[in-house]
Amino acid sequence: MATKHTLVALVEDKPGVLNRMASLFRRRGFNIDSIVVGHSEVPNLSRMTFVVDGATTTVEQVRKQLDKVVDVVKVSDITGDDLIIRELALIKVKATSATRSEIIEVVDIFRATIVDVASGSVTIEVTGDEDKINSLLSLLRGFGVKEIARTGRIAMTRGGIGSLPVKENQPKAQTRGRRIS
Amino acid sequence: MKLTGAQILCESLVAEGVEVIFGFPGGAVLPLYDTLPQYPQLRHILVRHEQGAAHAADGYARATGKVGVCLATSGPGATNLVTGIANAYLDSSPVVAITGQVARPFIGKDAFQEIDITGITLPITKHNYLVLDVGSVARVVKEAFYLARSGRPGPILIDVPRDVFIDQAEFHYPSQVNLPGYKPTLQGHPAQVKKAVKLINEAKKPLIIAGRGIIISRACAELEQLAETAQIPVVSTLLGIGCFPESHVLSYGMLGMHGMAYANMAVDAADLIIAIGMRFDDRATSKVNGFAPHAHIIHIDIDPAEIGKNVRVDVPIVGDVKMVLSALNKLVTPIEHVDWVKQLDNWRREHPSTTIRDSEGLLPQFVVQKIYEVTQGEAIIVTGVGQNQMWAAQHYRYNKPNSLISSGGLGTMGFGLPAAMGVKAGLPDNAVWCVDGDGSFQMTIQELATIVQERVAVKIAIINNGYLGMIRQWQELFYGKRYVASPLEGPDFIKIAEAYGLPALRVKHKEEVIPAIEQAMAHQGPFLIDFVVEPEENVYPMVTPGATLAQVLEEPKKELKIVSDSAKLPVSNI
Repeated sequence: MATKHTLVALVEDKPGVLNRMASLFRRRGFNIDSIVVGHSEVPNLSRMTFVVDGATTTVEQVRKQLDKVVDVVKVSDITGDDLIIRELALIKVKATSATRSEIIEVVDIFRATIVDVASGSVTIEVTGDEDKINSLLSLLRGFGVKEIARTGRIAMTRGGIGSLPVKENQPKAQTRGRRIS
Repeated sequence: MKLTGAQILCESLVAEGVEVIFGFPGGAVLPLYDTLPQYPQLRHILVRHEQGAAHAADGYARATGKVGVCLATSGPGATNLVTGIANAYLDSSPVVAITGQVARPFIGKDAFQEIDITGITLPITKHNYLVLDVGSVARVVKEAFYLARSGRPGPILIDVPRDVFIDQAEFHYPSQVNLPGYKPTLQGHPAQVKKAVKLINEAKKPLIIAGRGIIISRACAELEQLAETAQIPVVSTLLGIGCFPESHVLSYGMLGMHGMAYANMAVDAADLIIAIGMRFDDRATSKVNGFAPHAHIIHIDIDPAEIGKNVRVDVPIVGDVKMVLSALNKLVTPIEHVDWVKQLDNWRREHPSTTIRDSEGLLPQFVVQKIYEVTQGEAIIVTGVGQNQMWAAQHYRYNKPNSLISSGGLGTMGFGLPAAMGVKAGLPDNAVWCVDGDGSFQMTIQELATIVQERVAVKIAIINNGYLGMIRQWQELFYGKRYVASPLEGPDFIKIAEAYGLPALRVKHKEEVIPAIEQAMAHQGPFLIDFVVEPEENVYPMVTPGATLAQVLEEPKKELKIVSDSAKLPVSNI
């Protein structure tokens, strides 16, 4: 796990920008574990979160090459920071009247939720870091997993500092965060 | 008043100071061509193949320092530009390529002559645009020219659908660009500059490796000041040739695969390398593991992604070369490195590298040397790719920036003639010589028609050895002399020249060389000389694949074992 790097990019929300980023990974031979794209706090800027395996790829080269793309406003490697890391998974598990209550128990322990119930299955929604989702999955496999959909990683640095510098100077106390979850 | 998209494009080009466009018409750009006569200040040069347009724009850009412009239609016109765009990309040349596209309703339908040229050129442009709204034409042109020439320069492609040329909008040329994701670092970080100064002041055997970034940044004077103040010898990359006068006592020529033996030995022995505006290409470094083994390395470059990409760097300075060198020059104290300079001079005496052997027959090196003598070093030499390119780099003496124009990174055969045309179009008062091989020349030979029609007075020296010479040299050295697909038969270049309508001479003997060059120079228009040279002459010095710079071979010596099985070659970039 130590070799996994999390890079966050703020990019202009223009046609083709995802293609530009993905193309760059391909042509430079960088290995990419996951990529997630969505809106950011700034209108017209999208946020991309990449997970790159540092064991096979020179992460600093990745960051610099991404930064050269004209549509990229900012890229940071936030790996060393104190991070909130989340992934979302939907897991459809075989469930019979005999196993359903046991599944519900496991789901509760992981603070996951059941979002769909059918006669032979339940579908579970879980958020958390990869470890948590993998642990839940390994417990559920015994019941028979029928389908999995996982997003890649999104991540954010804990504390008060935003992704782009805010105009007014923030007092230091405000920039520190307290770990709640 | 509203203008058409085509008029807005032309107005924008005029606003950017464009004087010449190298292009070729086609259906998708006909509305633009129909508009061109309204703008007589935009000279259009009709090439015979779009690759020629891209190389010409590239050559124009390198020689003048201005942005070169090429123009092609959609589909095959656009794809024919691709090699030239890639060439400009690898050599950081500011080119704006304009392509027509099928009309917007047809995009994505595989319409006639439709191709996704923005997709194709994604990895070979600094940036590219598909303009879907006539209202954004002016902004896109403004951004394209700004991006092309600023920071690390490079090609920009603008793809314009046919109906956008016809649509109308108000024309306002923006005075500024708004590119939040593009802010090149210009000033070197002061702390890094200080670290570099400390290394420079402490070095006993410092060496500057000068790259094309110095020429682009117009920092030749600053380089000279640094070299002279701290008495630092200078070697250059192929594309850096001319940024430091070769006549200067501190100049030690080109390094690399076919560089001067003493230049490579200097790199190997140095205790400090100051690499300026260069990117440690494998042709310059040879085996990276054995590169400059005793040296600390200072790397000055405007592109942060070049730092540490190929070679470990001790002190990186990201910034514009001119600004960084100015900052360094304020802090570097005058020093002398008498022993080091003497050592290099000894090496140069013992390993002269450019001595031309005695020969009955006509040698290519001799031809280049005589072109130098007759032109008194005042010509701009534009080369093809292969042996001709290396001989041109080695045997002409370059004392001014941009006096050698050559395809470095991509190694594009066929670059010579169209690039020379671009150079001459940009600098009509300079003598421009295209030194090319018989193989390379044939790749874009059709541009002879262009230089005749447009009266572009390029002088052409074909180094004709009847082979793809560099291929043959490698086959001789590494493939057991099996000359597979490298011998060339014909054509008769004199008849070719006659057919295209330019005068030509064939030269086979040494004593004919100077008169022929003089006759070419005296002629008003373009002129071709077919120099029939020794067919199996090799380029030396040479650093063989997988060797370090210190293992440079000065001539075909016994220690170079002929490798008959290429599988035994060490792993390296061919």
